[in-house]
Amino acid sequence: MTTGGAGLLLEAKGLAKVFRGDSVPVPAVRGVDLALQAGEFAAIIGPSGSGKSTLLHMLGGLEPPTSGEIWLAGQRVDGLTQARWAVLRRRHIGFVFQFFNLVSNMTVADNVELAALMGGATRKQARDRRAELLAELGLTARSDAAPARLSGGEQQRVALARAMANRPSLLLADEPTGNLDSGASQAVLRLLARAHADGQAILLVTHDARVASAADRVISLFDGIVIDDAVMPPQARPARLPSMLKLRG
Amino acid sequence: MRMPLLALLAKEPAHGYELKTQLEQVFGEAYPSTNIGQIYVTLQRLERDGLVRSQDVVQATRPNKRVYELTEAGHEALVQWMDRPSEGPRVRDDFFIKLVLSQLAGISDRLGLINRQRRHYLGQMRSLSVLAATSDRQVPRLLIEGAMLHLQADLDWLQRCQEELV
Repeated sequence: MTTGGAGLLLEAKGLAKVFRGDSVPVPAVRGVDLALQAGEFAAIIGPSGSGKSTLLHMLGGLEPPTSGEIWLAGQRVDGLTQARWAVLRRRHIGFVFQFFNLVSNMTVADNVELAALMGGATRKQARDRRAELLAELGLTARSDAAPARLSGGEQQRVALARAMANRPSLLLADEPTGNLDSGASQAVLRLLARAHADGQAILLVTHDARVASAADRVISLFDGIVIDDAVMPPQARPARLPSMLKLRG
Repeated sequence: MRMPLLALLAKEPAHGYELKTQLEQVFGEAYPSTNIGQIYVTLQRLERDGLVRSQDVVQATRPNKRVYELTEAGHEALVQWMDRPSEGPRVRDDFFIKLVLSQLAGISDRLGLINRQRRHYLGQMRSLSVLAATSDRQVPRLLIEGAMLHLQADLDWLQRCQEELV
């Protein structure tokens, strides 16, 4: 499998998910076509219940689709076993869960290092990577703490550090700033921007328009289908002060 | 501009040009650019209303300058203004009127209208993020953050309109 470089990285074709409720089937995702290029940074937005998380879970192999296909770097992956998906996630896909899923009986540092080791790093590489990520996210002082002793926002950042430990060619993140204050959100955005600049593809689900607007492409989901897929203009300083920043005095 | 001038004069007496400079320093580009003529006209009106008083100060090498200071009544007016809650921002009624009338007029589909508006807001948010990243002064930074929070609310509202109307 190729990692990084140009070309199609991830593709969904007619992807659908129907949850079997007690009596009636509930469609969560109703036929999504989506193509993500290597190194692309895209955000998925939409109201609660629009199918955002379900779509992301399917793309990360955490939820089998009811129908449709998923292709990752030229390989069809939707029918893979959980064990094969686990290998893909260790090596190529970083996944940030909405509810963190940290290993509770390991320290913060070990949670991040383990992910790097499982991705194939040497012990030294794993240590260096852990130190670098925790520093960028302002968590160095919490390295030896147990996850349970951390605030929700801190756990969320550890989850992000863990997902990025093996420099995945694809980072999937479900509400990566959902529990963060403004300052911590900024740290997360900076880290994502740097990963993107290094050539990692990012696909994230968010309620936060500021996070969505950092992406180069914003996909709007509504009722399980894509209703808009917008390429954003280049990120540039506006020539004139936006009128909404002008005080009327 | 009356109240900002009174507020600056509450700190210390000043002449017109100093007030202009101070306004620019405090708010940066955000404050509508003021010309000095406007400031002098406003000061004259404030004096006529008894909110400030002025006296000429003789300068050795330059023309006399007129220095303004706050009166008791001016201080009272300033305190009242400070204590009064301010009107909230109005909703984006231009867009909402468009949205409601679009189908009636048969001009545009509502989903297209909402999608275009969403792209516009996200583009604005993107510009503000660039400004925020390069703005290290507190007053402009807070102003940008406020604008971002308003945009987030506009986007949330857009979503509600979509849920109800499309």
